Amino acid sequence: MSEFAAVARGVTKRFGQTLALDDVGIEVRAGESHALVGRNGAGKSTLVSVLTGMQVPDAGEVSFFGEPAPPVADRSAWRRHVACVYQKSTVVPDLSVAENLFINRQDLGGGLINWKRLRLQAAELLETYDVAVRPDALVSTLTVEQRQLVEIARALSIGSRFVILDEPTAQLDGPAIERLFDRMRSLQDKGVTFLFISHHLQEVYEVCQTVTVYRDARHVVTAPVAEMSKPDLIEAMTGEAGGLNVPSGDDRPSSAEEVLTVSSLSGDHFSDISLAATRGEVIGLAGSASSGKHEFAETVYGLRKPSAGSISVDGAAVRGGDVPAALRAGIGCVPRDRHHQGLVLDLSIAENATMSTAGGFVWPSAQRAAGSTAIASYDVKAAGPDQPVSDLSGGNQQKVVMARALAGDPSVLVLINPTAGVDVKSKESLLGVVDAQARRGKAAIVVSDELDDLRVCDRVLVLFHGRVVREFGRGWRDQELISAIEGME
Amino acid sequence: MTKAITPPVPAPAAPEKQKFRLARYQDLALVPVIILLLVIGAVLSPIFLTPANLIAVLTQQSELSLLVLGQAMILIVGKMDLSLESTVGLAPALAVALIIPASAGGLDVGLAAWLALPLCILIGVAIGGLNGFLILKVGLSGFMVTLGMLTMLRGLQLAITEGKSLIDVPESFLYLGSTTWLGLPAAVWICIVCYAAGIFVLKYLRAGRSLYAIGGNSEAARAAGIRVDRVVWTVLIIGSVLAVIAGILMTGRLGSVAATQGEGMIFQVFAAAVIGGISLNGGKGTLFGALSGVLMLGLVEQILRLQGVSGFYIKASYGAVIILALIVTRFATGQKQE
Repeated sequence: MSEFAAVARGVTKRFGQTLALDDVGIEVRAGESHALVGRNGAGKSTLVSVLTGMQVPDAGEVSFFGEPAPPVADRSAWRRHVACVYQKSTVVPDLSVAENLFINRQDLGGGLINWKRLRLQAAELLETYDVAVRPDALVSTLTVEQRQLVEIARALSIGSRFVILDEPTAQLDGPAIERLFDRMRSLQDKGVTFLFISHHLQEVYEVCQTVTVYRDARHVVTAPVAEMSKPDLIEAMTGEAGGLNVPSGDDRPSSAEEVLTVSSLSGDHFSDISLAATRGEVIGLAGSASSGKHEFAETVYGLRKPSAGSISVDGAAVRGGDVPAALRAGIGCVPRDRHHQGLVLDLSIAENATMSTAGGFVWPSAQRAAGSTAIASYDVKAAGPDQPVSDLSGGNQQKVVMARALAGDPSVLVLINPTAGVDVKSKESLLGVVDAQARRGKAAIVVSDELDDLRVCDRVLVLFHGRVVREFGRGWRDQELISAIEGME
Repeated sequence: MTKAITPPVPAPAAPEKQKFRLARYQDLALVPVIILLLVIGAVLSPIFLTPANLIAVLTQQSELSLLVLGQAMILIVGKMDLSLESTVGLAPALAVALIIPASAGGLDVGLAAWLALPLCILIGVAIGGLNGFLILKVGLSGFMVTLGMLTMLRGLQLAITEGKSLIDVPESFLYLGSTTWLGLPAAVWICIVCYAAGIFVLKYLRAGRSLYAIGGNSEAARAAGIRVDRVVWTVLIIGSVLAVIAGILMTGRLGSVAATQGEGMIFQVFAAAVIGGISLNGGKGTLFGALSGVLMLGLVEQILRLQGVSGFYIKASYGAVIILALIVTRFATGQKQE
């Protein structure tokens, strides 16, 4: 048996004009957790599809434990070699956990499906991997964390000892991420190899032993994690020296003029929250996934109806639960999930960017000009305003969502996870936009789990079980904030 | 609050000249096929390219094209309405029955004859509105609601007319169905106006663009401030009203309301829409494309008719033609159909 769980050499892959992978390689040592990092568009996703047999490379070879990879048509052979837990779920939501675990082999080799046996086997499997869900529960009722565990258990039960985790932490909150890491470590002790992809460099240090960096479709470096400092890693990713350059906003001018006033607002999963934002002020909202911070922000923008309380902008009350009213009052929003609420993927950049603000008449030339302006203003990497947003990388898609939120020149910005799933450079650029908007006299609410996002804020409110429990001014320490978020005092 | 876009950096110079992009001409994908069909028709039959024949094709397709217009908008917004074909029959039948005496097969209500047109439109609004209520407010499956409506409205028409054709048709219907303006039948003009309006609205009005946003991702549309339910409801009502207009034109052209008026049209409606590049999953396609789909079907049918395909085979050949047209379109546009 080879010492490498997976080896790719000289892999080149081209999509039309774009070179997605340029003669790259990776060697994942058996039993290690190997991180693959790089900016959006660096070629990580393409490498994952080559390693899982979803794409045939134009050149190069892949092997698992010293054996050459099976032919692409032989899906079941691939599944025995390698498993991948994607960002997007690959389970069928309306089927039970048991059926999902044994999907397309529900008969357990018997020809007829024996449901009782299937449930028993599933229960055994779940117990082996210590996954606390009922086999007859519908997958749609599981949390993201449980769903991922089911996917991992399914992968391991097929016999694969090499698991690719593609941004597994993107949708998890702090404690869930810790539990996932504990599980990774214990599976690693049992000989499972991981290829771990994440935008959070901290996680790489926490759970991986080796790191490989890709940049612009090329391999840049592979090194033991212990020998790479964080600035070195960022330099390898961006090709520029220096760490993440987030504006702290320390020198932002402050003003006493109140723009947004929220009084004793209550709604889904939060109650009695009051908040006042002045011109140029950026307020962070932190808290765990169940803290109600998302629901609060969505209520301010009218996506949800409040059950009590009031919202007003510049002293004028805004009708609750009414997005057009919120837009008219001057509230712009980057919604929680760009695929779900932020973008219409088949439509062009121009059309997405102007969706909230178009007048009665939409002149294509004016729309295209507005699209070009958005591309230039928010540094979107795109061929032109007519390009459908589905062609863009995650970071650039998020910039289009930001453009849409800002298109009407709102006086209040509600930004929910504004940098979720985007690379370091895009993150800098997006947070730079937030800072610039605040300097222009807008008030902003930033809802995020990421400390980098909260650094741009003037103060951070921590929510716990739907109530504000702590407030931090500038200069909070990471440890302090995290323990407040976790509800530890 | 201003509506102007205020960028943090100056706007770029005017975009460089657009390169030729095939995707921008997707709309015109069927035009070569239509020209080819005209050539084939001309080769096979000397009378094919005469104005009389081409006008006949347009007239025959005018009613179908109105249904396709409505259905295309409904599909773009991400719904479907199967009940359009029953609306074609029921609306004129009910309006006529409310006007004519029982001796002529009516309901003996005796409404004034001038009410025929407004009454028809009102019935269309009611049907579309009811569909919208059941789908959007009650939260029922659009496919099943409109399938139920399809059967119910057809049954209602049979009950009102007791299965007989109504021949005592109001003057206004006969006028619209038979007159010509500037050498073209009124029905063709009405279609041209409806399509021109539809194409304009879907391209140049915010309300029209919102159809694509809703069909593409209704949650994103809602987050962008579009009133999703209101737009969908309106589109369903417009679709029904267009079906009613098709029914009026058909009634006027034939001089009576048959108990089966409109029956079987829904298949052609969907076929023309899909051939014309409208996605059944919503958010994609244009009305010009849908119109080319209608024209393409009409030309093929006319070629078959002029070739004297036996009456017994004509139905089978229509089915085959639609499948063939789907195959041709699939390769002419290079896109998989959804």
